[in-house]
Amino acid sequence: MGHASNSSEEAKAKGSVGKGLARVDGAAKVRGTARYVDDLKFPGMHHGLTKRSEVPHGILRGIHKREGFDWSQVVVVTAEDIPGRNTILLIEEDQPALVAIGAHVRHVDEAIALIAAPTRALAREAHGFLDLEIEEIPAVFDCEEALSAEVNVYGDDNILKTYLIEKGDADIEEKLASCDHVVEGLYRTQAQEQMYIEPQGMIASWGEDGVCHIIGSMQCPFYIQKAMRALLALDDDNLVVEQAVTGGGFGGKEEYPSMIAGHAALLARKAGVPVKLIYERDEDIAATTKRHPSVVRHRLGFDADGTIRAIDVDVIFDGGAYLTLTQVVLSRGVLHAAGPYKCENTRVRGRAVATNTPPHGAFRGFGAPQTTFAYERQTQKAAALLGMSPFEFREHNMLRDGDRTATSQLLEGSVGSEDVLRAVKEVAEANPLPKDDPATSIRHGRGVAFYFHGAGFTGSGEARLAGRATVALAEDGHFEVRSSSTDIGQGVQTMFTQIAATGLGVEPDAVRVPTPATDRVPDSGPTVASRTCMVVGRVVGQASVALKNRIESWASENGFGDMPLRQAATAMAKVEGEISETVQYAPPPGIVWDDETYTGSAYPCYGWAACVIDVRVDTDTYEVAIDRCVHAVDVGKAINPVVVKGQIEGGTLQSLGWALWEDVIYKNGKVANDRMTNCIVPTFSDAPEMHTIIVEEPFANGPYGAKGVGEIPMDGPCAAAAGAVEHALSTLVSSEGFDALPVSPEAIQRAMRLDS
Amino acid sequence: MNIEVTINGESRSIETEGHRRLLDVLREELGLVGTKEGCGEGECGACTVLMDGEPVNSCLVPVGQIQGTQLTTIEGMAGSDGLHIIQDTLVRYGGAQCGICTPGVALCAKWAVEKEPGASKERLRELLAGNICRCTGYQAIVDAVVAAQNSSESSHE
Ligand code: FES
Ligand code: FES
Repeated sequence: MGHASNSSEEAKAKGSVGKGLARVDGAAKVRGTARYVDDLKFPGMHHGLTKRSEVPHGILRGIHKREGFDWSQVVVVTAEDIPGRNTILLIEEDQPALVAIGAHVRHVDEAIALIAAPTRALAREAHGFLDLEIEEIPAVFDCEEALSAEVNVYGDDNILKTYLIEKGDADIEEKLASCDHVVEGLYRTQAQEQMYIEPQGMIASWGEDGVCHIIGSMQCPFYIQKAMRALLALDDDNLVVEQAVTGGGFGGKEEYPSMIAGHAALLARKAGVPVKLIYERDEDIAATTKRHPSVVRHRLGFDADGTIRAIDVDVIFDGGAYLTLTQVVLSRGVLHAAGPYKCENTRVRGRAVATNTPPHGAFRGFGAPQTTFAYERQTQKAAALLGMSPFEFREHNMLRDGDRTATSQLLEGSVGSEDVLRAVKEVAEANPLPKDDPATSIRHGRGVAFYFHGAGFTGSGEARLAGRATVALAEDGHFEVRSSSTDIGQGVQTMFTQIAATGLGVEPDAVRVPTPATDRVPDSGPTVASRTCMVVGRVVGQASVALKNRIESWASENGFGDMPLRQAATAMAKVEGEISETVQYAPPPGIVWDDETYTGSAYPCYGWAACVIDVRVDTDTYEVAIDRCVHAVDVGKAINPVVVKGQIEGGTLQSLGWALWEDVIYKNGKVANDRMTNCIVPTFSDAPEMHTIIVEEPFANGPYGAKGVGEIPMDGPCAAAAGAVEHALSTLVSSEGFDALPVSPEAIQRAMRLDS
Repeated sequence: MNIEVTINGESRSIETEGHRRLLDVLREELGLVGTKEGCGEGECGACTVLMDGEPVNSCLVPVGQIQGTQLTTIEGMAGSDGLHIIQDTLVRYGGAQCGICTPGVALCAKWAVEKEPGASKERLRELLAGNICRCTGYQAIVDAVVAAQNSSESSHE
């Protein structure tokens, strides 16, 4: 007996919060037995394909089935086949599922018609015989041009959304004029492709009972459910949306999956068989959402002693042809635009503009990386101008516990700002940059960045959402965590296992976290905004403790007081039927947010981070190699340090890739580099060895102190990398050369030519 | 055409058209769906299998070319007694997140470790550079492969 309980105690300890429990889905993934959507087959299944506009702006006049093909072999769906409202419902109803005849085409990859056939090859053949008649009208592709509104994409002025944040009584121009120094900069960032390695895809089937079942690669099953209700005119009883194992998302599988789900469902409805719709890589790159391109003007006023006195930022995001999630992305962009610095006088203006490009959308960081790039380039320039060390300037101005942000939010607890900067500074100081040898073409440089990221939904978002999660005893005697949080690689299933096992006081293998389906789990909200661990994890923990307490009191009342929890639970379930506890999220008290004036508690709390990037630039080849990458992130509490480290490292490389190599090139609103050979992402050899430091300043309202970690690592390394290249070439090139991303070899070459 | 091939230690005889992609034959005819498609053009490495011990992108290999070879897919990597050491370290070090790149990465890492037993981290990165992972930033994979390398060294002692 003693031995058994020892090993169970050991197992409990291993699986408890704070331990690096091996991923619960790890074995299936390394064995290749995890089933992703393209691995699934249904009897009689057909393959779907999308016919797209290929014209950036126009009016659809006709869809013609050309002769020479036997159309009886395939099913063709157009807007006329939509039983509900022709829209992909998210925030607004502006985006159609399929453009109807007589309606506007607003970008080159609009879906016009759908084809299903028994084989992919036949569907492709039919695609070639389907002709579209589109009357072209002038288009606009540049977001600044779109502001002059000669071409109308959205509303009267092409403005999708505006925001204004103001702090301090003084006029911002006067305040800037009174500063000893003002640094002005204009920053541009490019679109970024998420490049999850599993392309998007869905399978839809309709049962004889009229229930539509959708399974696929997704982040947010309930977003899809909401969109399908409108498109298919179904109620929730006739609709099941289920996640398959998902091969990466990074935000890219937040909104677009509703489009694919809708298309697959329409095809399956008409074809009368299940339909699988999997995107090819080029189609996925071209048609699905990417990070918003941005133009940010930033003025930073400060005194000779380095104190920041005034900040004025003007943010423009290119939203693309439809609203999708743009207004929320812009909101996060402007809320982070003043940076993690103290300043009494701040103005931030934000505009999102519509253009004739496929809509931009969610990507890890969600608007913050664009504005972080701008303010951290500015801080670097300010420090250089004053001859201060980059650490000293930031230490002098950083927000600390008890300070107020640009929205006048009082920071109370869980502020790791000093710790993260100190952690990277110590490593940096212990490892000075090598001296340049003037006889060679190699120049060394170091860049620093310091940033914060609001965890969870903005303002009262979490209160409105009221996410719920359930912990139940399943029939087979496992404890089951039911939530709509999807594991897209970030380790939700593992973290929830640990949180539930710790709450229940059981071994981790007594807990199971299935992939969600809308008929089996409560709506815990979407898997976005670095909220899953902090918000849903909290209710999972609370439900676990509540369930444990209920079982224990039942056990002691019924004379089973000494029984281990799992056995007691099984005994209880025999008497009481299924036992479960559902908890709804209650936001911490004192969160006051004013959506009109954009003041108050923008987020429940913030993550804090700092990084140091050392580069080697070859002035002959213009190539950049990263020699050092030190990243410290305050995550509150690492529920699983291995998982947290993986989140930080993955985000870091996406940020470095965006800074130095990744680019999406548009020609007339069409992605010109729509393949992995030309739309490149970093490889094993591009990536640096990473030195990751986890800092824990617990958040009182997170599970065991945890707060968000998913996005913050994406925000800052881009600015540090650009700063490092600037530093390496500081004697050769003026800094404006590094104010636009990517700082590619071509960009470096251009900058060096311009200055010589 | 008829193809005679050994897959994961089992000899198979396959009747198919020789120009089909090995990837499709594995996934569609043989049900070996552990081999993944990420790009279909030889860039991502998700479709990696070992052909006579060497990694190939199965999306680029016409199935006619596998005549008489020995193939290892991810389904054949673990032994009957459990995970291959590299699979084990990938799980423990966090080298698999979303897992879609993992079958290809695991097979390529097996090849790399066998080909150059004492390879440095830098060299390992070169050997693995044909496999793209978007989730991990590669660090956990490199650490896992080094750990596997060390433990196979110590098991030889
Ligand atoms: S699918 Fe073969 S290399 Fe990408
Ligand atoms: S683990 Fe997701 S791509 Fe490698």
